[in-house]
Amino acid sequence: MIAHDERRVIETPFHSRVQAACALNEWEEWKGYTTVTAFTDVALEYFAIRNSCGIFDLTPMIKYRITGPDAGAYLSRLVTRNISKQRSGQVMYCCWCNDAGQVLDDGTLFKFDDNTYRICSQERHMDWFGASAMGFNVQIEDETDRVAALAFQGPTSCAVLKQMGFEDIENLKPYRFTSFPFDGQELMISRTGFTGDLGYELWCDPEQAETLWDALMEAGRNYGIRPFGAAALGMARIEAGFIQAGVDFMPALDVVRSERCRSPYEIGLGWLVHLKKPNFNGRKALIAEKEKGSRYRFVRLIVEGNKPAEHAFVYNRRNQAIGTVTTAGWSPTTKSNLAFASLEMPWGLEDDELFVEIYYIRELKWTRVMERCHVVKDAFFDPERRHATPAWDF
Amino acid sequence: MTEYDAVVIGAGHNGLVCAAYLAKKGRRVLIAEAAEIVGGASITREFAAGYSVSACAHLLYQFHPGIARDLELEKHGLELASDDLATIALASDGRYRRFSGNVVTGNGLTQEDISGFAAFHEQMTRYAKLLAKVAGRRPPKLIENDWHDKLNLAKIGLDIRRLGRNDMRELLRIGAINLFDVLNEKFTDELLKGALSVDGVLGAHMGPRSPNTVLAYLYRHLGDGFGTSGPAIPRGGMGSVTMALAAAARAAGVEIRNHTPVTKILCSAGRTTGVKLGSGETVEAGLVVSNADPKTTFETLVGFPELEAGFSRRVHNIRARGTTAKLHLALDGMPEFTGIDAIDSGARLVVAPDLAYVERAFDPAKYGEFSPAPIMEITIPSVHDETLAPAGKHVLSAVVQFAPYELKAGWDSAKKSFENTILATLSQYAPGIRDQIVASEVLTPWDIEQQFRIRGGHWHHCEFSLDQFMMMRPAFGATQYYTPIDGLYLCGAGAHPGGGVMGLAGRNAANEIVKREKTK
Repeated sequence: MIAHDERRVIETPFHSRVQAACALNEWEEWKGYTTVTAFTDVALEYFAIRNSCGIFDLTPMIKYRITGPDAGAYLSRLVTRNISKQRSGQVMYCCWCNDAGQVLDDGTLFKFDDNTYRICSQERHMDWFGASAMGFNVQIEDETDRVAALAFQGPTSCAVLKQMGFEDIENLKPYRFTSFPFDGQELMISRTGFTGDLGYELWCDPEQAETLWDALMEAGRNYGIRPFGAAALGMARIEAGFIQAGVDFMPALDVVRSERCRSPYEIGLGWLVHLKKPNFNGRKALIAEKEKGSRYRFVRLIVEGNKPAEHAFVYNRRNQAIGTVTTAGWSPTTKSNLAFASLEMPWGLEDDELFVEIYYIRELKWTRVMERCHVVKDAFFDPERRHATPAWDF
Repeated sequence: MTEYDAVVIGAGHNGLVCAAYLAKKGRRVLIAEAAEIVGGASITREFAAGYSVSACAHLLYQFHPGIARDLELEKHGLELASDDLATIALASDGRYRRFSGNVVTGNGLTQEDISGFAAFHEQMTRYAKLLAKVAGRRPPKLIENDWHDKLNLAKIGLDIRRLGRNDMRELLRIGAINLFDVLNEKFTDELLKGALSVDGVLGAHMGPRSPNTVLAYLYRHLGDGFGTSGPAIPRGGMGSVTMALAAAARAAGVEIRNHTPVTKILCSAGRTTGVKLGSGETVEAGLVVSNADPKTTFETLVGFPELEAGFSRRVHNIRARGTTAKLHLALDGMPEFTGIDAIDSGARLVVAPDLAYVERAFDPAKYGEFSPAPIMEITIPSVHDETLAPAGKHVLSAVVQFAPYELKAGWDSAKKSFENTILATLSQYAPGIRDQIVASEVLTPWDIEQQFRIRGGHWHHCEFSLDQFMMMRPAFGATQYYTPIDGLYLCGAGAHPGGGVMGLAGRNAANEIVKREKTK
């Protein structure tokens, strides 16, 4: 029992290894677990993701196992995307909404077989998933702490896995997963990730966690392997253009002010909504929104100058505040100053003249600049190696 | 194949009322009723050879006079055997309290209690009149900026304001609190308080100390707001009310099919397309009106997978735990209640000797046990209506509380001991009654669920309380008779204003359907 006034965090199955590698001793809490912000140097960790390979302890990511004869029908009602064509061994990126068509979270859906799925997300959803399960023959289990997970990302990641003897891994397509025997157990490898690069996610029994970490570090020794923390991952995910619940949008069940949540259309996930699907949660509201128009537009911005535009106001030419930056940061690979923003409609078209108002402090002096920013249609960084199958060898 | 504009599910009184109004507006309506006879929970049934009784609802408290007029129920055979029934609070020692209109009589009553009751009754009647206005209109929703809703809300506000300063202040003070406190403020006589508290808990999972019981009391006295001063007993039992309604509905062109259970409300792309019957037959209709309780309607007939998850959860969370049982006795003579003249045996007899007794009767229900000393509302309708029993014989019908739907011991094994408990209680007030019993029947909430197809056996479909009242009845998303499924409407006790053989839910639903489907 933990008393209510004690604040405790739990350790992931990789903790002994992670702790030994965490020279900076910079930790943060992630869904109750203690995880690393930065191990040695954020820039080096970031460049490991882009130029060699890095490993990241993903265990705290929330994982649910959905099983039962109605699993497919249940998930089809839950998420906005048409998943009827999802095959076993395939991963689909999805989002799910409340009745009002407001996004609760986004995540990845793994299909093992017709009756068995895993859904991974940023937030916990047992309450909502449970309510959604009424009328379906499904079981929902939180398996977050029963599955140890590592993100293994970067150009040389495939080569390292081959080095470890995972045969044919180079032919695993993006958004597919497969399993290999490892240490007497099963190791699941999916070609997924949050960095927008060639990379994999590795899923194993917590008992195997330390062995897996050691094996990867050993095999990756000549491939520039390096553990990376949340700070480096954050940089990579901005370049990749990935949004994050609680950062770029508020999960609809968490908001106090109902207008602060967003529909899929309003956070750039309209492509995940298939209104022709027979029934799914939020359908009616999303059809109405499609007819009536959305309130907000999600945009990716390149900001002039080099000052991070974190949480800045966005203005139009007439100096009206029309939105807020949700995530911002310098992108070493594209050498530009990037930001995600939520803008009021109709702003955010590619030729709109927009500005961000950046405040920054240098040696105890606040300075304010208005920087011009430009709407970018696609991800800032989307290398060919991310999509190529067979995966490139480096 | 005959084409229908609307299929009404269930020929209970609200279904019949709704269908009749829709037919009068030119709609072709089919009522599909699962049972052999029309009537739902307002039926008369022979439970022993020669003895008939109102099988569920047994008194006509608050049937809306406007509906009786519109549908010409007298012409269609409705006749009251007795009306404005007095209520008599029984005491084992024979000193009773008799309530009729604003007059209470009985040995040992203080002058303060007598005049206090007159004032209390008159004030409650003023509030009941206000509630009657609210009950007759669509409940206003607050967030959609509908001018009609705003007007309705303004009307309610104005009606409350028009009560005058003292009445308004008092209503706002007591409206949401418990009857226990209010009765203790106003009266000293325990028997009087006990009997009045029954009106706040009848049919409910509430004791006099539960919040909402003042509101429930007012609801029970809606009839006073409609101009009656006590419940009525229809000739031929409650079944004659629904028989008259069915005749009126048929006269308006409604087709009623008995023994025709609906097994599924068909939906396609968020719109209803008709119903599927137990026979496998499909009846197509653009409108489906459900008189079934909300849980049956949405969970069983539509199916949660067809609905939104948030709405499904709200339906799932509707409080609808039945706590009321029925006792039916066939008697080979007139039972003698200690201290009560034979002439008063036809009154509404109440067993609730004091407030604490009522509260204590409720306590076990919270923990899944029935009351060891239950409260009862007893009628002997054969006093007024010779059609119910052979000459010289009588039938007794009693509402008995508290008997929770979810009984820990299970009703199969506990039913007999519950019947003994009821009869032991009854014998304290009518000592010779056991020897007069020819046949008996007890309906637990399980039986009520089975026989009347009400989930949870709650005869108001959903508990009547502030959190399930007006724009919150039965649950947000289905509060103005229409539902998240286009073309599917609710017309039963689970909709505003609620349960009781009143008919307003059915009439209001018909009005709403006509209004909404015209604009489409």
